Amino acid sequence: MSLLKRIAPQLIALALLVALVTVFYPGFLKLDLSGGRLVGPMIDVLKRGAPVALLAVGMTLVIATRGIDLSVGTTMAICGAVAAWAVAGGWGLVPALLLALAAGALAGLWNGLLVAVVGIQPFVATLILMTMGRGIAQLITEGRILTFNHAGFAFLGSGTLLGLPVPAWLWLACGLGMAALMRRTALGLLVEAIGINRRASALAGVNATVLLIAVYVVSGLCAALAGIVVTADIRGADANNAGLWLELDAILAVVIGGNSLLGGRFSIIASLLGALIIQTIDTGILLAGFPSEYNLVIKAGLVLVILVLQSPRIAGEWRLWRDSHRASREARAAQRSRT
Amino acid sequence: MLLTIRSLTKTFPGTRALDAVDFDLAAGEVHALLGENGAGKSTLIKCLTGAYHRDGGTITLDGAQIDPQSTVEAQEQGIGTVYQEVNLLPNLTVAQNLMFGREPRRWGLVDSRAMRAEARETLRPYGLDIDVDRDLGSYSVAIQQIVAIARAVALSGKVLILDEPTASLDAAEVRMVFDVVRGLRARGLGIVFVSHFLDQVFGLTDRITVLRNGRRIVTERTADLDRVKLIEHMLGRALEHEVAGQTAEPVASDRVPLLSFQNFGRRGVIEPYDLTIGRGEVVGLAGLLGSGRTETAELMFGVRTATQGEASDAKARLDLSSPRAAIAQGFGFVPEERKTDGIVAELSIRENVILGLQARRGWARPIPRSEQNRIADDYIKRLDIRTSGREKPIGELSGGNQQKAILARWLAMNPRFLILDEPTRGIDVGAHAEILRLIRELTEAGMSILVISSEIDELVAVANRVIVVRDRRHVAELAGARVTGDEIMRAIAAEEVAA
Repeated sequence: MSLLKRIAPQLIALALLVALVTVFYPGFLKLDLSGGRLVGPMIDVLKRGAPVALLAVGMTLVIATRGIDLSVGTTMAICGAVAAWAVAGGWGLVPALLLALAAGALAGLWNGLLVAVVGIQPFVATLILMTMGRGIAQLITEGRILTFNHAGFAFLGSGTLLGLPVPAWLWLACGLGMAALMRRTALGLLVEAIGINRRASALAGVNATVLLIAVYVVSGLCAALAGIVVTADIRGADANNAGLWLELDAILAVVIGGNSLLGGRFSIIASLLGALIIQTIDTGILLAGFPSEYNLVIKAGLVLVILVLQSPRIAGEWRLWRDSHRASREARAAQRSRT
Repeated sequence: MLLTIRSLTKTFPGTRALDAVDFDLAAGEVHALLGENGAGKSTLIKCLTGAYHRDGGTITLDGAQIDPQSTVEAQEQGIGTVYQEVNLLPNLTVAQNLMFGREPRRWGLVDSRAMRAEARETLRPYGLDIDVDRDLGSYSVAIQQIVAIARAVALSGKVLILDEPTASLDAAEVRMVFDVVRGLRARGLGIVFVSHFLDQVFGLTDRITVLRNGRRIVTERTADLDRVKLIEHMLGRALEHEVAGQTAEPVASDRVPLLSFQNFGRRGVIEPYDLTIGRGEVVGLAGLLGSGRTETAELMFGVRTATQGEASDAKARLDLSSPRAAIAQGFGFVPEERKTDGIVAELSIRENVILGLQARRGWARPIPRSEQNRIADDYIKRLDIRTSGREKPIGELSGGNQQKAILARWLAMNPRFLILDEPTRGIDVGAHAEILRLIRELTEAGMSILVISSEIDELVAVANRVIVVRDRRHVAELAGARVTGDEIMRAIAAEEVAA
């Protein structure tokens, strides 16, 4: 299946959504160049969508192995806190970032060991860190918002590179890079194989245990990046709110991307589009000027519509309707040509 | 007849689980249903109890045709089932278990006193005088099993299906359960008894029906069958004409040994065994279900690790601690359970075929797509895999073609030693003959093969040497002229006959 055909439903949904938002807020498509940077609502979507898009990259792989990672939101908080703590403590930018990434990898390793070696169900295994993680983050920040003053670090959250916000570059690079890694090497196939049938894959010589752990580590690393971005953006680590509920948005992005929660075939690109769809809804609702208490209801409604339209059952009905329609039209045409 | 089944047919994607099976059950009869794994016993029972919906055929109970859609409906119509694993709730009391779902009520609430009385009444005919207020889990498995029987009989009352009811019981408990079964028979119930303990079958049942590969092989009065005859029916002697009558060449005495296993075993799984396998040799492994056939292979391939002994080739000791390690030594393994252990259903034939090769090369060195296509097309042609193309998901193929694709996965890796566990299970006659032909071709090219099979004539046809496994021990080794159906049968049945 070609990539375009695979992501067509997500592209169509995104286009319709953009059209819908533009109806309520005509300025949505407006783009300006000011001081070497592009500004406009759509650029804002690219920037604000970064955390969920980054999480969705790792989440796609985890879900492809028939797992789930509920801990990414709190891992964001931990890694953000670690980075802020290190920067504030004068570690310098690169060591601080490496430390934060290491914390994310460690969180992923913990999840991966619980799932792949101990054999705990992914939902439960990652729930443990989800519960524990925010506490760890609060211990690091000592219960307050840990602020820092470091232009280089802040650049990662609010800077601009070649006209686009740095967070947008980050998720684009991370997402496209990971997609390329999966498809240019055999990793994609092996991940799909263990997601569909771990036992059969292991018997065929696939190193299922190591691969499964690696996937959770990648998810942890993606969460670390997301944590770095939000922390850099607000120039402070907020252990209570950083990444709060974002694991659910990330799962949603993967699902909107048409990836099955039962594992197997996956598309990172489609998940990224899913993340963009979610962010377009969020930003769109704000811009359209609905009272804020409507936001979550409208968001849920739109997500429901998108998922229903994508469901295989609806697609089957649609194909059936189209084919019968076509058949009856051809029958009529044939009749006309006879008479 | 109490229960009459005619031409019962059930097909799953890839296999025909039941092929026009007939079965009769008289009132006051215990009728054994026997067969090896995949013979169709469970499918037959599930069609009877409404867990599966049959594709064709009729089921007549007490003169009326029935078509149960669920186990509850089957119970209401009179068919009750007791499984190997007690399917009751151990943390509820005996009375609650017996009356679950039909508790006597008073003003809308459960009337516990009436419930206890009724529970005791239900258990009375079974000679079971136990405290119905105690948790079911506090009683022995045998008593739990009898409570399960009592509940099934109280709910259904015409036909009782016992699916391996004695698998976790000791001898005294088995007697206890059998007394209950005999009592029910005297009361006029029809009882279907599924077990692979042949002693119990001969001790308890009136008639025996044997299924093999989804077909009914025979129905006979128990008194008219002896053990050897029964095992013959179960394992299949009069095989398809393609393979019957053929025999492999006797072992050439100058065969170069390839591998040797010394004192190789794992406690509680398979007793240590010694086995040498020659280059280009086919070694057969015969034995009944649960005898330790599959375990022997799993140990060799590192699916389970051996706790003692060692494996070696001419040069060195071999590490067989995991499937990956075994593959690195040039081993291959086509497992018995194709669906759970073999195919990766949603991946294409191409991906399934190259999966092993790719795993061995490592993720960083992907096999180029053109190369993948070439390998897949090559094997589709060579093994005559019937498919519309290499990109078709393997799960959509028939059982025989799935099996060939899994074989292709291993052949593509060119192993020096290939283990085939039930390579022809559940596949049609044509594919069956082709796979046997392929085994011969491979060994001519120098590959060594271990074939595990329930079908004795298949072993006779391909094996140079046959190891017989019984009670988790290698008990006999037959070579050369002694590789005959009768010899193998005798070795499998030996202890049973003596007992």
